[in-house]
Amino acid sequence: MRISSDSNIFWHHGFFKLNLTMVTTWALILVMVAGSRMVTSKLTTGVKIPRWQNLLEIIVVSIRQQLSDTGLKKPAKYLPFIGTLFLFIAFSNLCTILPGYTAPTGSLSTTAALAIAVFVAVPIYGISERGLIGYLKEFLHPNILMLPLNIISELSRTLALAVRLFGNIMSGAMIVAILLMIAPLFFPDLIIALGLLTGMVQAYIFGILATVYIAAATQADGE
Amino acid sequence: MDNTGTVAVVSIMTAGFTMAIGSLAPAFGEARAISEAMSSIAEQPDAAPTITRTLFVGLAMIESVAIYCFVISMILIFANPFWNHIVAK
Repeated sequence: MRISSDSNIFWHHGFFKLNLTMVTTWALILVMVAGSRMVTSKLTTGVKIPRWQNLLEIIVVSIRQQLSDTGLKKPAKYLPFIGTLFLFIAFSNLCTILPGYTAPTGSLSTTAALAIAVFVAVPIYGISERGLIGYLKEFLHPNILMLPLNIISELSRTLALAVRLFGNIMSGAMIVAILLMIAPLFFPDLIIALGLLTGMVQAYIFGILATVYIAAATQADGE
Repeated sequence: MDNTGTVAVVSIMTAGFTMAIGSLAPAFGEARAISEAMSSIAEQPDAAPTITRTLFVGLAMIESVAIYCFVISMILIFANPFWNHIVAK
């Protein structure tokens, strides 16, 4: 039984392997970019706006509202990054309803890449907001003896982000596969429905945790 | 029992125990978190959205401990490096 779609290789040349995870990711990116481009090519302001534009506006405004609710000042600056994280994970988990589709977030490679993106983004945003010295001084809070623990917590929460998303999505797919062997007709459907719910929740959790980490790195002292 | 048998028995038993013990503590933790969240929503219904959002974030963090145990038992059953090594010999 294969754990993820990483082993389904289409083409390889030396070190580089083109597997099903990458092809699915590219297909998702293509659908999202092409869809958004088609909707935003005819933007109108006014009372009656087209339906798809309305949908995208709801999504963007809700994400920005959530960012400022979680304590992030200037949400517009972080909206592209965190919005992309949330939308990519949510869309790729939502598409599990399509037959024959394996979610790319069910592969540790994809979730590790997303977690590394957050790991790199936190210092970048922290330094751009508070300067290098101000960001590094945060590691000495509350006490200089906490420095190794703060560094370890940076690494471990990145690992936790990756494994949390991977474990949730992979376990949903695996339970469906096992149930198909045991009780084929109705129970896999229930588990797929539960998998949709947990997929959405995990996308939200990933976004909120990224927001909290960036907010902790960018808040100025005394706020 | 030869080496192959030993690896198989230990892997299977460890996978079972990992999942069994590793799902107890997160369940208790989540139960406490939810009950405290319920009583604070009952005390202050206006803060319900904030409490609910924080509750879900906390539940996800607790859940990830159970997910780690699940990943370990899946690795032991399906992608066991010791088993692949022993069978290849």
